[in-house]
Amino acid sequence: MGRIEDIISQLNAIAENPAKAIEDYKKATGKGAVGVMPLYVPEEIIHAAGYLPVGMWGARKKEISKARTYLPPFACSIMQSVMELQLEGVYDILDTVIFSVPCDTLKCMSQKWHGKAPAIVFTHPQNRKLEAANRFLTAEFEILKHKLEENLHVTITEEAVNQSIAVYNENRRVMREFCELCNDYPDIIDPIQRHQVIKARWFMEKSAHTAIVKELIAEIRKNEKKPWTGKKVVLTGILLEDEILEILKENDFAVAADDLAQESRQFRHDVPDGGSALQRLAGWWQQLEGCALAGDTKKVRGQMLIDNVNKYNADAVLVCMMKFCDPEEFDYPIYYQELENAGIRNLMIEVDQESTAFEQIRTRLQTFKEIL
Amino acid sequence: MNYDEMTSKELLGYFQNKLDEEAREAKKAGKLVCWSASVAPPEFCVAMDIAMVYPETHAAGIAARKDADGVLETAALKGYNADICSYARVNLGYMELLKQEAMTGETPDKLANSKGARIPLPDLVITCNNICNTLLKWYENLAKELNIPCIVIDVPFNHTMPIPQHSKDYIVDQFKEAIAQLEEICGRPFDYDKFFKVQEQTQRSVAAWNRVAAYAQNKPSPLNGFDLFNYMGLIVCARSLPYSEITFNKFCDELEAKKQAGKSAFGDADAEKKRITWEGIAVWTNLGLTFKGLKNLGVVMTGSAYPDLWNLTYTPGDLESMAVAYTNIYINTCLPNRTARLQNIVSNSKSDGIVFHLNRSCKLMGLLNNESAETIQANLHLPYVSFDGDQADPKNFSAAQYETRVQALSEMMNAQ
Repeated sequence: MGRIEDIISQLNAIAENPAKAIEDYKKATGKGAVGVMPLYVPEEIIHAAGYLPVGMWGARKKEISKARTYLPPFACSIMQSVMELQLEGVYDILDTVIFSVPCDTLKCMSQKWHGKAPAIVFTHPQNRKLEAANRFLTAEFEILKHKLEENLHVTITEEAVNQSIAVYNENRRVMREFCELCNDYPDIIDPIQRHQVIKARWFMEKSAHTAIVKELIAEIRKNEKKPWTGKKVVLTGILLEDEILEILKENDFAVAADDLAQESRQFRHDVPDGGSALQRLAGWWQQLEGCALAGDTKKVRGQMLIDNVNKYNADAVLVCMMKFCDPEEFDYPIYYQELENAGIRNLMIEVDQESTAFEQIRTRLQTFKEIL
Repeated sequence: MNYDEMTSKELLGYFQNKLDEEAREAKKAGKLVCWSASVAPPEFCVAMDIAMVYPETHAAGIAARKDADGVLETAALKGYNADICSYARVNLGYMELLKQEAMTGETPDKLANSKGARIPLPDLVITCNNICNTLLKWYENLAKELNIPCIVIDVPFNHTMPIPQHSKDYIVDQFKEAIAQLEEICGRPFDYDKFFKVQEQTQRSVAAWNRVAAYAQNKPSPLNGFDLFNYMGLIVCARSLPYSEITFNKFCDELEAKKQAGKSAFGDADAEKKRITWEGIAVWTNLGLTFKGLKNLGVVMTGSAYPDLWNLTYTPGDLESMAVAYTNIYINTCLPNRTARLQNIVSNSKSDGIVFHLNRSCKLMGLLNNESAETIQANLHLPYVSFDGDQADPKNFSAAQYETRVQALSEMMNAQ
């Protein structure tokens, strides 16, 4: 068990101190870091430039004061903390920041960046199944690549992007394998550790992350699979962080699978083959399914959750509702009804990064466990 | 009906009722009914004789009749969070009641007692995200709940202006896809001749709408800007039909007569003390109160970017220019362009100040208010205030706060 814990604490140390991760990367490579706002920035282009893509998912329990001038209270807490951090200058170590704008809040956030690093904005098409959407997105990625080359004073070649896609696809494959193992070994990897391993992806060069997770997987596999006496849940939402994961752990909930934007939605499918490197990256967006931020008139998310519950033999779906995230709030009534019709137990908890009190959620999860 | 003998206000009421009646009749006759986002292009459906219903206008009507609470509660029971856009919640609640009626044959009490116009369930929906991405999510849900086709016109956020060619190409391709979808839904070829005529009608309606709005540039203004909120119902619901053009032309005649007589919107010329731009959607639940709060101070609203959303000017027969018109909505563009457009409205309306409606339901309209306000204040040296409100949920508006803020603005304007 020692080595497993060593690896996870090493990964967690990176995720807990992004500034150090960036400094270390700069020292090692002579290059810098590019911030990626949620959601679905094509990190491979940054990676191909030799820069470190760094996730910007806000901060837990961050006291919001300066941001109040720029955002009303009804913007989600990720954006509140991102705004606070940019006003504090925390992101000034980045060389560029990239915004996608799949929700109305992000459209506005992309237009009021206060950090020192230049911001690049691109738009995802939402009528995603049309070939025209791929052409549009490829053109957006061309512009993004060009602006990035200018900002970073580098040339990003077709070959380099394709190589980076290979690195990322390998990481995606390994992360899927890791998530499967978490379901098989809930006694060894608890919900917080699972999250820490996944979260570290946002602050590490991906081939380095892949190598360490591969070692972790090998260590986990040395153990014998044991029957799990607690309950298993599928998580759905934008993200779920340590405080609530700790409550899950306390109550013997294992995470059978996740449908979180910060986690599995990033790696549950690969960048497809075919066409130029940027066309391939556009193809990834077209093939993304079950995300509230990606247009879907068929609304397949509910069925995907049901399939996950069945595949992983989970006891319930835990809805991690990011407060003030209207795309997520719109999906909920639809998949809630589908889960109910399928006889799948589910519980919605509200996620707010600014929260410091979790007693109510603790009580609800304890009660939920008893019901299950 | 002899339209010549009717006032524009009478025409407005008449045609609004007629549109609802036509939708109900279409449904009875087995024709197709489409629910549409307010700034989605109606031209394609109208060319195929599909009756159009506009949920945002319908929701505003319910809110203005102070009847939103019941349908909002229905939406809440379905699981719609109170943080979601109140137009969407009113409509999704209303749709749920219609669906219950269709499935059980019994009319739910809330539907029977609703003060909103009775509208039929749709056979298809069409949406466009030029005024928010919320309209994508909302219409996805309508299509899923009712198991009907959803036509999506995705106009990508213009983070860089001018509008890039690849965006125009993408939108034009979607127009063609919409035509193909309609041919399949209707089971007949697209009527291109009628489409061209509908485009021409739309342009005449838009031109008449712009003529009405331009009257507010006169000083004193014969036009009370709040009237645009009322007449807006027709530019939304009937811009591809002659009804809006007839009404707006009559309204122009009335405004012209007022102008010639040297009258202001409030009567005598000197009743107009100050002029403001109103940024944001109307507070439909308290339209009278918000209007009177200003009128009592002699303040007339002469500028608003909201009615300008329907300034959809393009060349009939040219799909690319139509694509540009539908994507070039100020809130679908980058902050510098958006602010410049708002500043033009403030200047052209000869406003002395600005009221920003921080609308709980509309993140895209509200979350850049602060930035726009500071830029315009720096450039034009005009005072501004902001108040918290909502377009259709009465719980998110405080009359006392509103009145205090507009009084403060009035004092600042008088001190200038």
